[in-house]
Amino acid sequence: MRLLVVEDDREAAEYLRKALREAGHVAEVVHEGEAGLALAIDGEFDVLVVDRMLPKRDGLSLVAELRGRGIATPVLILSALGQVDDRVTGLRAGGDDYLAKPYSFSELLARIEALARRATPQAADTVYHVGDLELDRLSHRVVRAGEEIPLQPREFRLLEYLMRHAGQVVTRTMLLENVWDYHFDPQTNVIDVHVSRLRAKIDKSFGKPLLHTVRGAGYMIRDGTR
Amino acid sequence: MTALGKLVRTTAFKIVAVYLLVFALFAAAVIVYLARHTQQLVVAQITETVEAEIRGLEEQYRVGGINRLVSVVETRAAQPGSNLYLVTTFAGAAIVGNVDVPTGALDKPGWSEISYRRSEEGDAARESRAIVRVLLVSGGFRLLVGRDFEERERLRQILAQPARWAVVLLVVMGVAGGVFVARRVLKRIEAMTATSERIMTGDLGGRLAVDGTGDEFDRLASSLNAMLERIEGLMAGLKHVSDNIAHDLKTPLTRLRNHAEEALRKAKSEAEYRAALEATIEESDGLIRTFDALLMIARAEAGETRANMTDFDAAEVAKSVAELYEPLAEEKGLRLVVKADGPLPVHASRELIGQALANLVDNAIKHGAPAASGATGEIEVAARRDGERTLLMVSDRGPGIAERDRARVIERFVRLESSRSQPGAGLGLSLAAAVARLHGGELRLEDHAPGLRVTLALSARAG
Repeated sequence: MRLLVVEDDREAAEYLRKALREAGHVAEVVHEGEAGLALAIDGEFDVLVVDRMLPKRDGLSLVAELRGRGIATPVLILSALGQVDDRVTGLRAGGDDYLAKPYSFSELLARIEALARRATPQAADTVYHVGDLELDRLSHRVVRAGEEIPLQPREFRLLEYLMRHAGQVVTRTMLLENVWDYHFDPQTNVIDVHVSRLRAKIDKSFGKPLLHTVRGAGYMIRDGTR
Repeated sequence: MTALGKLVRTTAFKIVAVYLLVFALFAAAVIVYLARHTQQLVVAQITETVEAEIRGLEEQYRVGGINRLVSVVETRAAQPGSNLYLVTTFAGAAIVGNVDVPTGALDKPGWSEISYRRSEEGDAARESRAIVRVLLVSGGFRLLVGRDFEERERLRQILAQPARWAVVLLVVMGVAGGVFVARRVLKRIEAMTATSERIMTGDLGGRLAVDGTGDEFDRLASSLNAMLERIEGLMAGLKHVSDNIAHDLKTPLTRLRNHAEEALRKAKSEAEYRAALEATIEESDGLIRTFDALLMIARAEAGETRANMTDFDAAEVAKSVAELYEPLAEEKGLRLVVKADGPLPVHASRELIGQALANLVDNAIKHGAPAASGATGEIEVAARRDGERTLLMVSDRGPGIAERDRARVIERFVRLESSRSQPGAGLGLSLAAAVARLHGGELRLEDHAPGLRVTLALSARAG
């Protein structure tokens, strides 16, 4: 994946470049807004990672300018302002996702990958497949190895989100945001309990587990043999 | 600035001056009107008298001819303070009468105003004004009857003198009254200014004097005092919080540092280093959460979040938060029931209400296990409308909170002894309370007998 990181803190930018390279991505780094905008307009990037406070042109105006020019490259906004309102203004300006500093790299990586995937068309499929697990988004039916699994509406949405991002790490906050539409801190890891309930339904009585816990990061649904 | 200058600049003085001017104009208008009206009345009376006199004399002439007329006029003219009389021939030669009139005054019959001299006083007589009527009687004789304006003049003087005094008195009293009122007002304002200056320089405990009359100044002083009360409370809160921040953030920072040091000192294997680093990250995540919570409380208290309030269904939030925590409750052996009949439309910050409610439910799950073994703990999440308010309630069957501790637990970083063993920074209820205040409501802690009921009351039309 080709990424553009616009971050004025050189140390943080360098850390991101290295970490992203280790994760198999190529990141180009610039340290101010105008250069970031020029590169974002000219270059072919899969995802832009833009800090909110930048010299010369701030992150929000960079994103707004890009959107104004009809460039739809997914943008992840990074900001030290982590409050709900800042998030709302960030997304309103045209950002696709918002991550508050300090963040964990695994969270950032998971979100970048989810954003890149959002841009691909298979997210629009009506039926998702992972191994012998099948989820029909229209009839709301979940079938594994020919056996129908009854799910609660929320469990269905949880599985749907996990399967849309099959093969990718999905973090707990991503689940809270996308399945429950809350961006707050749930104090306790309530998401874990929901996931283990779902796991009991879709994995327990079947031989091969599909829903995996990724240590220190989140969850991933994936057909192990592939 | 001189005292007078200051006085003249006061609003009270300006108001008094304007009133004075308007009042003086009105008074002057009334006096002028009265004077004119009275004069008209006097003139009407004079003409009536003259008219009657003429009619009488004409009658005498008709009955007794010129001789009779002359003799009657002679008698009447001789009386002191009498009317003015003059009888002349056609040529204008005076036959009888008590006045000298300018030539030509007798030429045209009817009413006119003339200057005259009393003839018996001779040349020394002063000239005065009179209103006269001239009548042509048969035989070419002319008859003049008139009356002096003296009465009118006297009346004018009678009226003018007191009127002048009245105006002077009015102005003097008005100015004195204005000065008195302005000075009184000025005194109170100056006292208020002095007090507020003292408060500004640091004496936050100072209060403006309220003298109990309930006037505008009292009301102003009371509301300023209430404002000072709030500021003082906030300042005290701020100090308390910064003390607590120092303590509650330094503790995890110390632990963080200890972990790192210990790893450097002791760790031999990669696994040990890894464990130490993981512990470090966990500690720093805890710190970040505490920071975020503090920031959120601060922002809710500053009212900054108002711009992002939306219309949504509070019952839906209650249901979804309950649904989010239901598996966790079940895992702890607690039953979570929801009583939320919607829709309960509110204008609020969905995110903050959700977070506040999540904090309450999380607390209920952490502390709501019944004390008696064997009993099933039940947590109830309820949402309903109560008049103008929307209530979000979380009740548990745990040990509850003693009444004397209830106000205290809402404060930042306060954790009761009994819950020290549980994770958390003691900010959950503080945030819920700040969110309630942001939405024009309050957070209430009540006895659920047994257990605790926490109510997040929101103004239905918050925002």
